[in-house]
Amino acid sequence: MVALALALAFAAPRALQAAPLPGDNKTDAKRPDPTAEQQQMRGLDEQVQEVKSDVLSIGAELNQLEEKLLYPSGTQVAVFVALVKGDEMRLDAVRLEIDGQLVAHYIYSAKELEALRKGGVQRIYVGNVTTGEHKLNVFVDGKLKAGTDFSRTEHFTFHKEVKPKLVELTVGGPDSGKTPIAFGEL
Amino acid sequence: MRPTHAFIGLCLILALGPQPALGDDVKDLFFGEALYHARQGQYFEAIQRLDTELAQYHGLDEPKLDTLQYHVNEAEFSVGDFELEYRMHHRAGRAIKRVLEGNVEDAVRNEAAFRLARIHFQKDQFDDALQALGRIRGPVPEQIKVDVEFLRANIYMATGRPGDAVEVLSRLQNDKSLSGFVAYNLGVALLQAGRQKDAVEQLDKAGQLTADDPAGLAIRDKANLVLGALLFESGDFERATKSLDRVRIDGPFSNQALLRAGWAEVSAQQFDRALVPWNILANREPTDIAVQEAMLTVPHAYASLKLYGRSAVLYGRALELFSNQIKRVDASTDSVREGRFLKALIREESREDQTWVIRLRSLPGAPETYYLMELMASHDFQTALHNYLDLEDLRSKLMAWQTGLDAFDDIIRLRKQNYDPLLPAVDTQFQELDSRMRLRLEQRKHLAERLQTMLTAPRPDYLATADERNAGERIARIEKQLGNSDSPESLALRERAARLKGLLTWKLETEYQNRLSAAYQHLSELNTQIDILTRQYEGFVRARQAATHSYVGYDAQIAQLRERARRALERVDTLMAQQGHMIETVAIKQLQARRERLVAQQTQARYGVADSYDRTARVQSGVEGH
Repeated sequence: MVALALALAFAAPRALQAAPLPGDNKTDAKRPDPTAEQQQMRGLDEQVQEVKSDVLSIGAELNQLEEKLLYPSGTQVAVFVALVKGDEMRLDAVRLEIDGQLVAHYIYSAKELEALRKGGVQRIYVGNVTTGEHKLNVFVDGKLKAGTDFSRTEHFTFHKEVKPKLVELTVGGPDSGKTPIAFGEL
Repeated sequence: MRPTHAFIGLCLILALGPQPALGDDVKDLFFGEALYHARQGQYFEAIQRLDTELAQYHGLDEPKLDTLQYHVNEAEFSVGDFELEYRMHHRAGRAIKRVLEGNVEDAVRNEAAFRLARIHFQKDQFDDALQALGRIRGPVPEQIKVDVEFLRANIYMATGRPGDAVEVLSRLQNDKSLSGFVAYNLGVALLQAGRQKDAVEQLDKAGQLTADDPAGLAIRDKANLVLGALLFESGDFERATKSLDRVRIDGPFSNQALLRAGWAEVSAQQFDRALVPWNILANREPTDIAVQEAMLTVPHAYASLKLYGRSAVLYGRALELFSNQIKRVDASTDSVREGRFLKALIREESREDQTWVIRLRSLPGAPETYYLMELMASHDFQTALHNYLDLEDLRSKLMAWQTGLDAFDDIIRLRKQNYDPLLPAVDTQFQELDSRMRLRLEQRKHLAERLQTMLTAPRPDYLATADERNAGERIARIEKQLGNSDSPESLALRERAARLKGLLTWKLETEYQNRLSAAYQHLSELNTQIDILTRQYEGFVRARQAATHSYVGYDAQIAQLRERARRALERVDTLMAQQGHMIETVAIKQLQARRERLVAQQTQARYGVADSYDRTARVQSGVEGH
């Protein structure tokens, strides 16, 4: 941490250390030999890294199992939401209906909205449908930069085949100059 | 939030590390999903998503057809970045090495080398860091050019090569992006190189740079603070004061600067002027070391001005403050011993954003955190705290997964209960339908073959209608009955039969082409029906397979996952206990050190009170005597 590193460095001007790059998670450029406690902490850190790796691998396998059990590829449909790049609309909520059934109603927190604005794509819904044609209704609520409310409803049709169906909805306010809700499918 | 907190919080945000640059729109949904998690600090989910996506991509026969191809280099870097953010340096290093050793463009390899060097630097592996930088050959991406050189200079400084650092940093002086950091580090490098005069001039420059962002302002404050300390040590009190005065009053270094400024004035025998910064300081957060020191320096300055009465009162206040603070430290120590510090750490509200370490101090009912700010500034301690929280998250995840596995067992059991009685009958019925269908398909195949043969070897009789076939058979029977008799009736009948046969043959021969076309038309219509039938058949086979796949063959995998989760949970629990114990031990040690310091200051204050009263009494008696 830059500030903390700087604060520490003040104590002894003769043993000053370089301020690290603003993005570095490092407090001291050159540290004295580690104490027994520091060594112990670092030893634990190594073990924590190992257990994290292990849990990540369990999690990945569990995800695959879950997908196989709950959303087999023959019936799987996943809907993703993204924002038009650079759009400043505040996305408040998205509702999805598949064949007239409400399947998702998501209200966005500031953190999630920020993640979408920075290029993140949210998997808003995963479910199962039969092969064939399906109707997807999308309802979007938000606020434009000027403060006015923004609501849009769009109706789409998608065709489910044997492979998993991926649907992408890209949402943008009128300022973006693009379709309010663009539909894409894979 | 106090200014200090606000700044440190900001620096924590700055210290988030490299954000994968998104130059273009995200074309791969799963990469976008990983970014969505990462942007919210959910690095576990981000790594998991991206790891899976990358593994699938590399396993493809034709990866160029996959949408990840547009981001694959970025994804490889991002997974390393996320691992770094999730404090998995080993994996991050391995991820970046994979890029470095892969068949990639020079620019990509050079960026990988830089990232690897940065990881080594963070882990104090300076030789490895330099070695990684040494792998940079050819074009370096524009956006990291300055960062590469800045890192190189930092490594030189960390390895006792300040002269080389000076050379590198001197070349970076005109770059705007890191100007404050370059200027400050150049000053420090000059100082390390023994060029004190140049260092003072350089730090003076760094202390007057224009800055508008919090990091720039902070590094400028830092330069002024360091310069002030240097000048103070060299006895140039006036210039030291000027430099210290440039430190912002509400910045993170303000307390230290105020304390130093007061001492600079005292060294110049300006006790009244020293009181200005010290009085400001004395009214600030009483747990701060500089503030506690000011509680003693203020009455000391009054005593030096021979204002003993005022001095005695202020020593008395300091005594009271130290007593209160000792009680507070004791409360904090007890609280840590009772495990409340660790409980405070894992409280949800304490981890809502990246500044949680800082905000711990303002948590209601968490006295154990008051005196741990300095400790929390240490890299190892912060890593330990973060690890403790990460372990807590892993523990929650593993416990949730265990419940999830139980739910999977239930689902499988219920599906088995549902399908087991149904499927045998379905299978029997299907087998019957299947054999009927196969027969019809065989017939259709036979017809198609026959029609195909008829294109080259016409067989009009094959296209006769049922009536025509009956009529032909009847004529043949009549001819047979008539035999070879020469009677006039027979001859007349044979003639009639031959005419009828000729008529039939004429019809079959002349209508052959039309009939053949019609037969093809009917076969084609049959194809449509057969396609529908085949789709239904395939749909049924898929559904039938899906029914089996929905509950058969999971037992071993679930049992293995359950066992792995159980073992991981055990390990997490053990590590949490060890990590927690370590955190508590270090925290208590820190609190004890602070307590000892406070006790010493309390003694000084007590002595100061007595001394001031004594001097007041002496002055008063002197006045009375006079």
